Amino acid sequence: MFRTEMMEINMGPQHPSTHGVLRLALTLDGETIVEVKPIIGYLHRGVEKLAEHKIYVMVPPLCDRLDYVGSASQNLGYLQAVEKLAGIEVPERARYIRTIIAELNRISSHLVWLGTHALDIGAMTVFFYCFREREMILDLFEAFCGARLTTNMFRVGGILEDLPPGWIEGTRRFIDLFPGRIKEYEGLLSANRIWLERTKGVGYISAEEAVNWGMTGPMLRASGVGYDVRKTEPYAAYDQVEFDIPTEKAGDTYARYLVRLEEMRQSERIIRQALDKLPGGEIRAPKLKTRMKPPAGEVYHEVEGPRGVQGFYLVSDGGETPYRCHFRAPSFVNLAAIGVMSRGGLVADIVAVIGTIDIVLGDCDR
Amino acid sequence: MADTPETPQVPPEPPASAKPPVPAKPKLDPVEEKLRRPVESPALEALKSALPDAVIESGCYAGEVSVLVPKERIVEVLRFLHDDPRTAFDLLADQTAADYPKRDKRFDIVYHLYSIPRNHRLRVRVRVGDGEALASATAVYHAADWHEREIFDLFGVTFEGHPELKRILLPDEWEGHPLRKEYPLEGFPEQHMRLR
Repeated sequence: MFRTEMMEINMGPQHPSTHGVLRLALTLDGETIVEVKPIIGYLHRGVEKLAEHKIYVMVPPLCDRLDYVGSASQNLGYLQAVEKLAGIEVPERARYIRTIIAELNRISSHLVWLGTHALDIGAMTVFFYCFREREMILDLFEAFCGARLTTNMFRVGGILEDLPPGWIEGTRRFIDLFPGRIKEYEGLLSANRIWLERTKGVGYISAEEAVNWGMTGPMLRASGVGYDVRKTEPYAAYDQVEFDIPTEKAGDTYARYLVRLEEMRQSERIIRQALDKLPGGEIRAPKLKTRMKPPAGEVYHEVEGPRGVQGFYLVSDGGETPYRCHFRAPSFVNLAAIGVMSRGGLVADIVAVIGTIDIVLGDCDR
Repeated sequence: MADTPETPQVPPEPPASAKPPVPAKPKLDPVEEKLRRPVESPALEALKSALPDAVIESGCYAGEVSVLVPKERIVEVLRFLHDDPRTAFDLLADQTAADYPKRDKRFDIVYHLYSIPRNHRLRVRVRVGDGEALASATAVYHAADWHEREIFDLFGVTFEGHPELKRILLPDEWEGHPLRKEYPLEGFPEQHMRLR
C-alpha cells in the first residue's frame, strides 16, 4: 500500500541559485510544488534606521548598497527625493549625464540578470558573454568615479564632477558594438529548444494579480501592463529622449526574458540620443549647503530601477537629518508573489522563477 | 508776533475699528512657498464627495496630496479608492509607517496609492496609538501582506485580519521594534545573536 505525504524541504539561505541569501521553505508533493514560503532578512542591515542618524548628503552611499547591482538608480532616486523635498533645480547637463549613467547601469544590471538566470537554468556560455560586455560598462564607471559597483556618482543638485576626457568616446564605442552582442545572446537562447522548454509557461502571473500584488518593472510589463515611471512621471532627461516600453502578453518567464532583452536595446537607444543631445553648462545646482535643512514636509518619489519601481519616502522635520527615510524595494514586493507564481510547477522551475523575478537581497532586506 | 503757545498736540483718538498692530508674518522663502502651494486632486475630490466624513484633513507638499482618514474606516476608504472609476487606484505602491512618539497616537501608517489607468497618486494616512490594532489592507491589496509584516516587525503595530502576521526582516525570536524612536541605533548587546 502506498501512502503519499507532502515533503517540506528547505532551500537556502546558502544556495548557488538563490542569488543571495534567500531561504525558501518548499512544501512538495513529489516534484510538484504545493507551497513556497520565502524567508528573508538575512541581509537586513537596518538602513532605514541608519539614515535617520545621517545628514541628508551622507545617506546616498547607504542607498547604493540596497540594490547593489543597479546602484545608480537608487542613488538617483534618493537624491531626486531630496531635491524635491528641498525644491532644488538640477541643471540640464547634469540631468542628461544622470540619464546616461542610469541607463548604462540598467544595461549592466540586466546583463547580470541574463547571465545568472541562464547559468542557473544551465546555459553557462551566456554568463561569460554577458560579463564580457559588463566589464566595458564597469570600466566606464570606474573611469568616472573610481568605483565599479556601488558608484555613488551623483550629488544633491547634480553629479560628482564633469565627465573625464575620453569618457564619451568610450561610451560611444560600447553602444556601437552592443546591439551586435544582444543578437549573440538571442542567437544562443531565444529559439533554443531547451530554453523554451524551461521558460515557457513557467511562473505565470496574470496582469490583475500582478498589479494587486504590487508588482512593477519588467515583471508587470511582461504580463501586459505597460507601466513605466520613466514615461508616466518623467525625471532626469527622460522626457527629452524617445524610447519605447516593451511589453509582452504571456506573463511567463520567457516573456520576461524578451522584455528585458528589449529593454537593453531601448537603453542603448536612450544613451545614444542623450549623448547626441548632451548640452554644456553647470553640473551642479549653485549655493547648496552640506548641512542642508529642507523645510518640514514629506515626499514620495519613484524611479524606474532595473528591477522595478524604487520608491523613496522622506519625511523632514526641518532638521539636518531625515526624520523618516523609507525605501520601497522592488525585490521585496515582487518576491512576495513567488508563491502565486510557482504553485503547481516543478521543483526545477523554482530556480527559473527566482531568476526571472531578478531579486537582489540587498534591495529586499535593506 | 509772539508764538502763541500751541495747545499740546493730542494724538487723535484711534478710531474704534482700528486693531492693535500685528507683527508682520515672516515671508516664506520663495522656494518653500512654491513647495507648499496647493494643487488640485480629482481623486481627493471624489473621496470627499463620496465619503465626506472619512476625510479628517488633507494637505499638500511638493505637489503631492495626502489625506488623513480615521483608522476605523481605512478598509472602506481603500476599497472605495480601489473600485471607484474616478480614482481607480489599482496599485498599492508602498505602505509604511512613521513614529512620532511625542504625539498621543504615535504611529502614522501611510499608504501610497497609484492609479495606472489615470496616472495620479494619493497618500492616505491613519494614526494608530501604541498597542492599538489596525485593520489589514490585504482585504483590498495583496501587496499589503509583506508591507504589514514589515511594519509589525519594525514598529510593533498589529494588523487584524492579516493572514500570517509574523516578523519578516528580523529573526522570529527578536524582541523589540527597532524603528521606534527610543530604540538605540546600536541595539542591545545582550540581544546580538550568539553562534552556538
